[in-house]
Amino acid sequence: MSDLRELYQELIIDHGRHPRNLKRMDDASVSKEGFNPLCGDRLTLFLKIDNDKIIDASFEGNGCAISMASASLMTECLKGKTITETQKIFDAFHLLVTTGTEINMQLLGKLAVLKGVCEYPSRVKCATLAWHTMIEAVEK
Amino acid sequence: MSKKDFPIFDKHPSLVFLDSASTSQKPRSVIDAELQFYNNDYANVHRGIYQLSENATAVFEETRRKAADFIHAEYAHEIIFTKGTTESINLVAQCFGCLQIKSGDEIILSAMEHHANIIPWQQLCERVGSTLKIISLNKSGELDLDAYEKLLTEKTKLVAVIHVSNVLGTINPIKKIIARAHAKNIPVLVDGAQAVGHLAIDVQDLDCDFYVFSAHKMYGPTGVGVLYGKTAHLDVMSPYQTGGNMIRRVTFEKTEFNVLPYKFEAGTPNIAGVIGFGAAIDYINQIGFEKIQSHDNKLLSYATSELEKISGLKIFGTSKNKSGVISFTVDCAHAHDIATILDQLHIAVRAGHHCAMPLMDYLNVPALTRVSFGIYNELSDIDKLILGLDKVRKIFT
Repeated sequence: MSDLRELYQELIIDHGRHPRNLKRMDDASVSKEGFNPLCGDRLTLFLKIDNDKIIDASFEGNGCAISMASASLMTECLKGKTITETQKIFDAFHLLVTTGTEINMQLLGKLAVLKGVCEYPSRVKCATLAWHTMIEAVEK
Repeated sequence: MSKKDFPIFDKHPSLVFLDSASTSQKPRSVIDAELQFYNNDYANVHRGIYQLSENATAVFEETRRKAADFIHAEYAHEIIFTKGTTESINLVAQCFGCLQIKSGDEIILSAMEHHANIIPWQQLCERVGSTLKIISLNKSGELDLDAYEKLLTEKTKLVAVIHVSNVLGTINPIKKIIARAHAKNIPVLVDGAQAVGHLAIDVQDLDCDFYVFSAHKMYGPTGVGVLYGKTAHLDVMSPYQTGGNMIRRVTFEKTEFNVLPYKFEAGTPNIAGVIGFGAAIDYINQIGFEKIQSHDNKLLSYATSELEKISGLKIFGTSKNKSGVISFTVDCAHAHDIATILDQLHIAVRAGHHCAMPLMDYLNVPALTRVSFGIYNELSDIDKLILGLDKVRKIFT
């Protein structure tokens, strides 16, 4: 059994309870709805993109601490990144939360705190909901 | 009460299993019945002209009789073995629905249905151009019978309703619901998935047209379920699937179907599963519903009073007529976080939408944590749950 403190670190509890960038964005360049049919969690992601660069990111929705913290930290991380970089960040994050393998950690920054999720296979979908939504949004 | 009968607790002595509404654990007698059948007595049913097959057929058909007695059906041929509740409902929706429901007709469901008792009817409606009408709930999570009465019109051609809610725990007044529908000659299907194994069922007393349930929620194996139907309905329904066993005579020009119940049982059935199901019925009968219900009630009332002491905890479903199911929210934590934390303490609960998304919308909650009881649960399981919820609060505040 893994230590719960590895999963529910203070930063996750903080972002889970007070998610950053939790707001509708009326002038978004793209918005996308994400849905996890397993648990019913839903979120809408908003991105403002200028010249291939994400200049603002926000989301709406509600869910567990893991999914809220992941969406909150993701929107913080995305600001200022190019679309090409978002794919790299996605790959690094996905690998981290599914296997615990650390690559391109400098790109992930604070998101490293979600590594503990890899010990809880049933919670990986909570951590990745915002991310799959983001990839679908930038692909369109 | 009977924890020692369940081998899972030998392997996992610290397990607190509070998810029996999803699926129950299996007693040794059920596991042994299947094992023994495969080891010593295995052969196909209804086919072999040899002793082993004749013996297997006899046990298989004895189980059908046992299942009929278990729900007080008059005839064994009114028991159709299926994969489970879901398949039973799909069978009725396809083979009875197409006879009964035409364009412009209405089917009445309730706001507390499981997806298994929504989607087959929704699909039927899309095919034939009929409409679903939904019985609303009151604040305690009970069906609003006045609203139900108003929904019953000359357009209503079927009522399909859950006996015991898998989310709210409410035991619905099925007999009343059936009587009101029958007063207008409307047939009723009852989804008994959560009721069997907890309440004594008497389909003749209820006078339901169809009663469906699964073995795996009543200490039996997965992959076995029952469709009970009145003979008059089953007789006029076309087969659900076609193939071996369900025929009397086949030529390339034409097929004559077999009699009930075989008309609805195409292919080699889940023989060992049915035999395990028989052992589950024996197990329940041995304990008796009086003991089962008083055990359920004891756990329910203790858990309810302990949970109510937790600040920020809200129980959904507060009917006086409840089975051993409690769903709740805690203000500081999401259901999934609660379930993960409880799991670390070896407490298994369900979290999410419980295959009842329309009910979640109705209650206006994204997700609920649910605890549900079986005959192996003890009062100390509730104490452990309460300690676990304390830990949740400590992590999130």
